[in-house]
Amino acid sequence: MSTFYAILFIVATLVLVIGVARRVYLYYKVPAPLKIPTTPAPVTRAGVVLRMFREVVFFESLFKATKWTWLFGWMFHIGLALVLARHLRYFMDDDNIFWPLIELIQPFGIYAGFAMVLGLLGLLGRRIFVDRVRYISAPSDYAMLLLLIGIGAIGLAIKFIFRTDVVAVKSFFDGLWVFDWQDLPMDAPLLIHLGLVAVLFLIFPISKLLHAPGIFFSPSRNQVDNPREVRHVADWARKLEE
Amino acid sequence: MAKADFNVPELGESIEVPAIKEGSMAHSSPFVAKPQFQEALGFKGEIGENWKEDTLEAMGDLLGKYRSLQVYMDICVKCGACTDKCHYFLGTSDPLNMPVGRQDLMRKVYRRYFTFAGKFFGKLGIPGFVGAADLERDMLDEWYSYYHQCSECRRCSVFCPYGIDTAEITMAGREILARIGMGQKYDNEIIGKVYTIGNNLGLPERALADTLEGLEEDIEDDTGVQVKLPLDKKGADILLVTPSADFFAEPHVDGLMGYAKVFHEAGVSWTLSSYASEAANFGMFIGSYKNMREISLRIRKAALELGVKRIIFGECGHAWRVAYSFLNTLAGPFDFLDQKYPIPQHILEFTWGEIQKGTLNIDKSLNDDMTLTFHDSCNVARASRMGDKPGGQFVIPRNVIKAVCNNFVDMDPDTIHEKTFCCGGGGGLLTDDLMEVRVKGAMPRMQALNEVTQESGVTHMAAICAICKSQFTKILPYYGMTMDQIVSVHQLVSNALILSGQEDTDSDDEDDVA
Repeated sequence: MSTFYAILFIVATLVLVIGVARRVYLYYKVPAPLKIPTTPAPVTRAGVVLRMFREVVFFESLFKATKWTWLFGWMFHIGLALVLARHLRYFMDDDNIFWPLIELIQPFGIYAGFAMVLGLLGLLGRRIFVDRVRYISAPSDYAMLLLLIGIGAIGLAIKFIFRTDVVAVKSFFDGLWVFDWQDLPMDAPLLIHLGLVAVLFLIFPISKLLHAPGIFFSPSRNQVDNPREVRHVADWARKLEE
Repeated sequence: MAKADFNVPELGESIEVPAIKEGSMAHSSPFVAKPQFQEALGFKGEIGENWKEDTLEAMGDLLGKYRSLQVYMDICVKCGACTDKCHYFLGTSDPLNMPVGRQDLMRKVYRRYFTFAGKFFGKLGIPGFVGAADLERDMLDEWYSYYHQCSECRRCSVFCPYGIDTAEITMAGREILARIGMGQKYDNEIIGKVYTIGNNLGLPERALADTLEGLEEDIEDDTGVQVKLPLDKKGADILLVTPSADFFAEPHVDGLMGYAKVFHEAGVSWTLSSYASEAANFGMFIGSYKNMREISLRIRKAALELGVKRIIFGECGHAWRVAYSFLNTLAGPFDFLDQKYPIPQHILEFTWGEIQKGTLNIDKSLNDDMTLTFHDSCNVARASRMGDKPGGQFVIPRNVIKAVCNNFVDMDPDTIHEKTFCCGGGGGLLTDDLMEVRVKGAMPRMQALNEVTQESGVTHMAAICAICKSQFTKILPYYGMTMDQIVSVHQLVSNALILSGQEDTDSDDEDDVA
């Protein structure tokens, strides 16, 4: 079973990394032939970086759109970020320069776990009860929320109810890097938690989860508003001029 | 009230988000372009047997050419932020008029044929699990219907956490449809007229010259001052490119006379061009880079032939988007023009500059019979700029209005600036065969106008777009208001501007002034 999980995580990680990298390369390669920032837009590159920062960290546009979705969505994402940071201790040693930071974050990570699950439940509620959102939801949209809720809820359960041998978990993942198979504790909650995480890795590059890298390539958000000053021509468009 | 064979939305206390009504606008569909007009633009004449291959091929081509399309097809998370933002949804309740609903018409085909998930679950026979669907013939009719219920106004893109712009999807949808033989009659016939005659209205040079002469006479009758509206005058400093509706439609033409008076008082030499007698660029409406470029090149050619130093655009929304955001790309570089001025410049940037310089003698009280509000045109607001600073497109028109009018009130903050609502007739929908969607789509703007009418006694709404002006002229009566409540911003300037040599307007014997 440990070997199965070892192989599963290696494959899932490869799919995640290579899959997302290929997608990012595609977004990079396809040209944006026209200047289409949603205006008012920054007139400098630094301004665009700031706009993107506000968008990625505070979800500025979503805040303008709907406060409930913003609240649940932001709770979930910030919660997830903190939980991920907390989990870094399973992949790092205490001689790492970031270790003090990771130690600092541990208690916050626990609250964040609750925030994350609550946020997800809120998003699920909107999907079920708001007729417009229900209309646009595919089964995969529910499945993804349930997957994340499952990961979060079981993770919390492992922390507070079904304690597992985290030292063994850590040596399992430490071993993965060097192909040194270590045993995972054979606790069902842990195995389910990890199995769902692997599924999340596997579907990431083929699903809407691509919004994470994708937003950085969104022309309406990442372009500088300077079309009168700078001529902007794509390669395929330049061929029309020849 | 104007009569309608459909239900005109009732105006209430405020804009309310309706419960969805599936299929409520499925019947709305504009006339399809005839083969001769399709072929004139380089498109397939009619839809053929290979519609499926044609569609997927065109889609694949566009996915490789437009990052916006590729990224936006992938990254929507169906959060619902856009679902209550489109004026066509608010006015019709049809869920396919929710921006994401409209996008999904194409996205489900994209998912099915261009992504691993869609192909995988498609083979299992359950493509719907991942929001994918097999392409069927009747889906193209659905595309045709709903991609012509979008005015490419970009309001959704303001609220989307990833900036997904449904206008990009609509343009791609229309380009695919045009390529496979399902172009729209209104847009494609108009583009044809630009190529053969020079403007959307098909107004030939002689008629244009006569019209301009008539306007010169009108101004002289009114003010006693000779103000020229020159056509094809070589060696002029400024080429004015304005929507052809400005030549005869009301209230557009009053705006054109306003530009002429401002130029006259500023003491600049200017001209119109009969070859490039159209600012609007319907190539954008149908998403066609090639046609948009060819129309833009006419302006470049006219500027070169007339030997002008500057290009100024008249009041027009989508035209200003193409001019401000795309002209340099499509028809540049404009190294032969005077680099001291913005290329191109908006007429409001020019007029505001003159007001600041103090060259215009303004009597604001001449507009005292009106209380004004201002309709931010969607494409000026969210797809362009005026002046040096972001948001100048909101400030400069208001500054000009306030400089020439004493009474100005803004509408609800959720309906102006970047959150402005489209007039309902933009993006190639200004045609009688789409009257129902135009009337219903105008509801949010009519609601906001009605509110300031009730609360602040607003009598008129100023606009800076030929389509907005034409649309409101037609739509206002459906909502119990009158067509003359819509005015051009430069009409207000014209009203308040006292020309040099013009006798005091209070005087009754204007005829004595030579």
